[in-house]
Amino acid sequence: MRYSGFKVIKEALTGHKGWQPAWRDPAPQPHYDIIVIGGGGHGLATAYYLARQFGQHRVAVLEKGWIGGGNVGRNTTIIRSNYLLDGNEPFYEFSMKLWENLEQDFNFNAMVSQRGVLNLCHTDAQRDAMRRRGNAMRLNGVDAELLDTEGVRRMAPFLNFESARFPIKGGLLQRRGGTVRHDAVAWGYARGADARGVDIIQNCEVTGFRIENGRVKGVETTRGFIGAGKVGVAVAGSSSKVMGMAGMRLPIESHVLQAFVSEGLKPVLPGVITYGAGHFYVSQSDKGGLVFGGDIDGYNSYAQRGNLPVVEDVCEGGMSLMPMIGRARLLRMWGGIMDMSMDGSPIIDKTHVEGLYFNGGWCYGGFKATPASGWAFAHLLATDTPHSTAKAYRFDRFLKGLMIDEKGMGAQPNLH
Amino acid sequence: MIINHPLLGPRDSQEFIYLGDANLIERPDWQAANAVETFHDYLYLRDNPAGEHRELWYHEQGDRSWLVVTRNTVTHEISKVELARDVARSKGRSK
Repeated sequence: MRYSGFKVIKEALTGHKGWQPAWRDPAPQPHYDIIVIGGGGHGLATAYYLARQFGQHRVAVLEKGWIGGGNVGRNTTIIRSNYLLDGNEPFYEFSMKLWENLEQDFNFNAMVSQRGVLNLCHTDAQRDAMRRRGNAMRLNGVDAELLDTEGVRRMAPFLNFESARFPIKGGLLQRRGGTVRHDAVAWGYARGADARGVDIIQNCEVTGFRIENGRVKGVETTRGFIGAGKVGVAVAGSSSKVMGMAGMRLPIESHVLQAFVSEGLKPVLPGVITYGAGHFYVSQSDKGGLVFGGDIDGYNSYAQRGNLPVVEDVCEGGMSLMPMIGRARLLRMWGGIMDMSMDGSPIIDKTHVEGLYFNGGWCYGGFKATPASGWAFAHLLATDTPHSTAKAYRFDRFLKGLMIDEKGMGAQPNLH
Repeated sequence: MIINHPLLGPRDSQEFIYLGDANLIERPDWQAANAVETFHDYLYLRDNPAGEHRELWYHEQGDRSWLVVTRNTVTHEISKVELARDVARSKGRSK
């Protein structure tokens, strides 16, 4: 299925009856070189880069439900690479660079919009921490600007500058950050992988692994046994459930994170804005809705819905930061299940089972990592060595004391 | 969510702080030969079940008691609430 301006006009004139599915719906083959479990953003990106970058074409993606029905369709679509620690920053910058060329790469409009990500600070100490973070970013070759109050006011004059309790002292701005149309990321990767021979098999739940002599031989699924040379698991949210079938306990808890969309408004926000005094982040979609979120609910959950206290807390944060949104009505809210890891950072690593690889623990920062995660996981699956930017994302970092804890919270997943 | 406190009756979960899996009560022996491995598992690894989960809640804005709450992580339904003190004592701890 090719897209072009001519095709759009032709279809518009002929009642849109000529569009074809963007990817096939194949039956599973008896054996693949590599099986990727999980047809979310990370799994599809993995399959795409396996085929495009690493020359692997006998690849299947197994998805329990449908493509894009999980967290890749449930996030708040923000991309950024404003991390502090050496284990993280090169990886997320690699991801940002992939975002910048993504649409040309897979020839699909993902609406990558680098409108800027502005993190606000409200105390002198917070501003010092932001200066440190900005310097760490620039040491890694990433753009970062520290704005003073007037700089923030020029960008976003509608913010609550008169707050006596939480005055806006400035902000850390990454102009290359922004938002991406999240569903189109899943569709673009799926289409690109499919065109390169990857079988995307939906409605196919993995029910177990076949492991012989410490080596994975394939997976049991609701559509029968499928053999595989290697199996990669990218099912963040359900990682503990799936890896439990291979006898593993993970340094991960599953938590629910809620997100919200207001009714459509005229353009009011210049980019992504995050509140430094409460937990509230907001951007405006191209349809006009304010897309925002805040804290996770804070208790283990596999329900894709949260509770009301967090709704209240998030909306209070919004009202405190930008009182102008007080009359906007909330249109939709939903929850997604996060792999909250013990240090707030992800894992892309081999396991104790030969041929079984794991990608997960993305906490609530997985969307921005989608391209780099897919690339790094494909690198690991294809070459058996970690990608240069993902070397720190190992299982044994907890045993060795090499945690990557951006917030310094320790082994308390609901605080990351 | 409403947590039915054994001493105080039904209380809003907002009054509580959530810690995590109730197995955190079972602190391993620090003098054991394999203490490094057992503490790694104790501190960092979780069962993280989808379904019934026993977990520790602290009644910070109440009587400051620790509770062991049995809750379903798929439905959020709470089926049992015990004082963590009683759970620990029943295992022969803190006599």
